[in-house]
Amino acid sequence: MSLPVRVGTLLVAFLAVVGGAIFVVIHFFLTEPAVITAAGSGSQVSIVLQEDAQNTVSTHPDWVSYFMQDPSTKKWVHTTLFKVPAGATVHVTVLGYDGCTPLRNPFWGRVTGTIGGTETIDGKPVKVVDSWRTCSVGHTFSIPGIGLNVPMGSPPTVAEENNLCGTSPCTSGPHSTMKFSFVAPKTPGAYFWQCRVPCGGGFVTGFGGPMQTFGFMTGEMEVAS
Amino acid sequence: MAAESQATAPGAQSGGPSHGLRIFLIWLVVSLAADLLIWFALGPHLPPGTMSSSATEEQGAIKLMAVMSAPVVVFVIAFFCYALIVWRQREGDEEDGPPLRGHARVQTIWIAGTSVIVLALAVFGTVSLVTSHGAGAGEGPAPIWSPPGAELTAAQQTAPWAPGKPLVVQVIGQQWRFTYRYPQFGGFETTELMLPQGQWAQFNVTSLDVIHSFWAYQLGVKADANPNVDNVAYTKPEHVGPFTVRCAELCGLWHGAMFDYGKVMTVPQFQAWAGATKASLADVTRLLPAFATTYDPTVIPAFRSGPVMKKLGLTSAGGFFYPPEDPVQP
Repeated sequence: MSLPVRVGTLLVAFLAVVGGAIFVVIHFFLTEPAVITAAGSGSQVSIVLQEDAQNTVSTHPDWVSYFMQDPSTKKWVHTTLFKVPAGATVHVTVLGYDGCTPLRNPFWGRVTGTIGGTETIDGKPVKVVDSWRTCSVGHTFSIPGIGLNVPMGSPPTVAEENNLCGTSPCTSGPHSTMKFSFVAPKTPGAYFWQCRVPCGGGFVTGFGGPMQTFGFMTGEMEVAS
Repeated sequence: MAAESQATAPGAQSGGPSHGLRIFLIWLVVSLAADLLIWFALGPHLPPGTMSSSATEEQGAIKLMAVMSAPVVVFVIAFFCYALIVWRQREGDEEDGPPLRGHARVQTIWIAGTSVIVLALAVFGTVSLVTSHGAGAGEGPAPIWSPPGAELTAAQQTAPWAPGKPLVVQVIGQQWRFTYRYPQFGGFETTELMLPQGQWAQFNVTSLDVIHSFWAYQLGVKADANPNVDNVAYTKPEHVGPFTVRCAELCGLWHGAMFDYGKVMTVPQFQAWAGATKASLADVTRLLPAFATTYDPTVIPAFRSGPVMKKLGLTSAGGFFYPPEDPVQP
């Protein structure tokens, strides 16, 4: 093999390795979902989310997922990170497109941490949901750092369960609508939130994969001063 | 020169300094000072404190081990420093030191001394484990070092609590929060851990998903929380005040956030808290399965044969443990 060929081969191999390393760093370490700033200002803000049985806009189409609505464009964004002002009252609307799954611990069927200790599911005020008696809970929206736990309703009938929206983000199909409000902490910082339904299908105990990945079933609420 | 070194270094030549006696005296004085400092000055501040019977026992064990090991450490350091100063190479001394051919008496004393220390500590550790009823550690589902009156039958574990009886608290680990169930108060479950002062507490530790570890730091209690396992630990809180609970087993993304704060309170305060909490949580307590030492949803009758399962069967992850034959089970 001639010298120019050897040098060329070495150069190509070197660039391939460096390129691969850069791709890994950017793709896996530097890529983070967008942060949605809650709509409104001052002491009253709002966020809108939806939870889907799948995430067809990601590399994990079979992972259950939350989406957030960008208040300025009204478009659904594949993220679970949002920002609210410290001490503000946060009004939350969640569209539950995913089907029901019983809570492993029925204790989390109780609404806590919201204003009035209630949420509304399709307009009806609710304090406790029995996920084992009726097909009623798809997920939960829980911020442990402030004691917030809100069970998310699901399409309630078997017919609806069998006709769920299959393309994310969902714009039509059977769903429940949840509304609740809570007061953001006065202390700025990052507060993680999670789902308490073991909905990571295919993972041990249902708590792997989407349950532990930003942009799917867990995220952070950034409280800004 | 070499001959001089051989004559003086081991110290035994008549007329030379008695190195052995010097080292012994240095060791004796420093060891005594170190032990007194450890016992009286440092000891009361050693973790985990004296908030409970098990914490006191653990602190005592750490103090004793420190007091017994300090002389060994002091001897090594004293000998090292003495040798460095007294037997260092002098200027112009180019010859090798005397050959070391062993010293049976020193070796025997060293081996015998360290063996006695280790065996004594082993006996002490075993005795203190028994007399402190497990020293706050998880003893598994069938504890053999229960405190008096704590051999509770299943019925007794759910019978109303009264001062003087062990308080049963079920610790339930789940990603990423501990919840606490009080079977002697109607079986309510809460995220708050409250304990009465001066009463034995029996922790039945289990998990609903992966392996966690219940670590009530100031109480000196630590027990693994495994799914389908009832791990029992005991302690008697002696002082009122707050304590920290942490998960001590890496359990996933938010393991670092899996902590909370418990509180030891007087018996009347505890009874008032338990009564009020029982009433306020009645709406969700009725949804919980009957108190059991473990909770596998696939065998809980109310879950297994409930309307949701009958109608829909398993959906998604189904809220279930994966069976052992499941290929994703490690």
